[in-house]
Amino acid sequence: MINYIRSLGRWGLGSFERLGRAHIFLVAMLAGVPGLFLRFSLVIQQLFSIGVLSVMLILISGLFVGMVLGLQGYNTLVDFGAEESLGVMVSLSLVRELGPVVSALLFAGRAGSALTAEIGLMKSTEQLSGMEMMAVDPIKRIIAPRFLAGIISMPLLAAIFSAVGVLGGFLVGHGLLGVDDGAFWSQMQAKTDLFEDIFNGVIKSVVFGLVVTWIALFEGYDAMPTSEGVGRATTRTVVHSAFAILGLDFVLTALMFGD
Amino acid sequence: MMQSKSTEITVGMFVAAGIAALFVLAMKVSNLGDLTEEKGYQVTAEFGNVGGLKVRSAVTMAGVRVGRVADISLDPKTFDAKVTLNMYPQFNNIPIDTSASIYTAGLLGEQYIGLVAGAEDESLKNGDVITLTQPALVLEQVIGQFLYSKAEGSD
Repeated sequence: MINYIRSLGRWGLGSFERLGRAHIFLVAMLAGVPGLFLRFSLVIQQLFSIGVLSVMLILISGLFVGMVLGLQGYNTLVDFGAEESLGVMVSLSLVRELGPVVSALLFAGRAGSALTAEIGLMKSTEQLSGMEMMAVDPIKRIIAPRFLAGIISMPLLAAIFSAVGVLGGFLVGHGLLGVDDGAFWSQMQAKTDLFEDIFNGVIKSVVFGLVVTWIALFEGYDAMPTSEGVGRATTRTVVHSAFAILGLDFVLTALMFGD
Repeated sequence: MMQSKSTEITVGMFVAAGIAALFVLAMKVSNLGDLTEEKGYQVTAEFGNVGGLKVRSAVTMAGVRVGRVADISLDPKTFDAKVTLNMYPQFNNIPIDTSASIYTAGLLGEQYIGLVAGAEDESLKNGDVITLTQPALVLEQVIGQFLYSKAEGSD
């Protein structure tokens, strides 16, 4: 009996310790960010592997999500004779919710898991300790550029996702279902607010980018230096990122739109 | 060298595409054009009932948007709703005896203020009050009145 309680306590202490390590790690990363502006080529390299390589995925998923929204929205709205509001429905659901959230989930799967595997492998092959031996701070040299690149990429990817999604909704709504294109755009423009909707969506995606990259990098940096440990850390990245994105999305939505 | 150059080019294209997407969202999807309207003049109008009118609802004249609702508050003395209208500066010759009514776009749509021009030569200025107003049509009241008149008529 006492052993169960003890293992529960150990588990609790372990989780808190990990959480504490994650925050120390975050502070160390943030401290490493200002120095990056002197060597921005490191960030550009990471923007390529984190951002540019995710664009295709984001483009295709955004287009399909927008097209599905167009179809589903039309079927619902046509019952009320309000199919002209399709543009509003597509644009608001994309810029407020689906753009930031879905692109962050895809980003966690595409870029986050790659980051964890990369850092974890660097750790297990002792490249990180090797850098420390050469008096190069791996957090400044390896981790911080990836962190900054993740934060920069995420809002850009979410914006591309939303823009392509609106286009997809328009293609289906106007091209396939015959919604009037003037009404589609004008209703959308009348009801979508630049600050209320679009800026809040951008804020969401910046937060998601920060959290996903943080989780991914920490999991990699904290992984057990074995192939099994790296595999587990990669799984944890995707799972925890998804939890963090969806949970934070609720909190942010409540703060932004829950008047 | 070649590798890093092409990397830089694609990253540049990525950043440009992201910013372009944000720009498209701002210009094409949202009402960015309405944000630069702060300079106009403000007039107030009191309504018995504003119904579902909201701040930023449209103010139209003959169907053309001439301003936006800037503020809605309750007059502490008359207990009427005091609506502040922010009028666009180019519509500076609206007669002072213009009347304002609250209409609904479609059966269940957004509510907006419709202005009907008066005949006076003097035009509305900043701080003026529109006195001729007609409150919002509240659907429940209309139905209630309709049922009431039906019941009376059947006697």
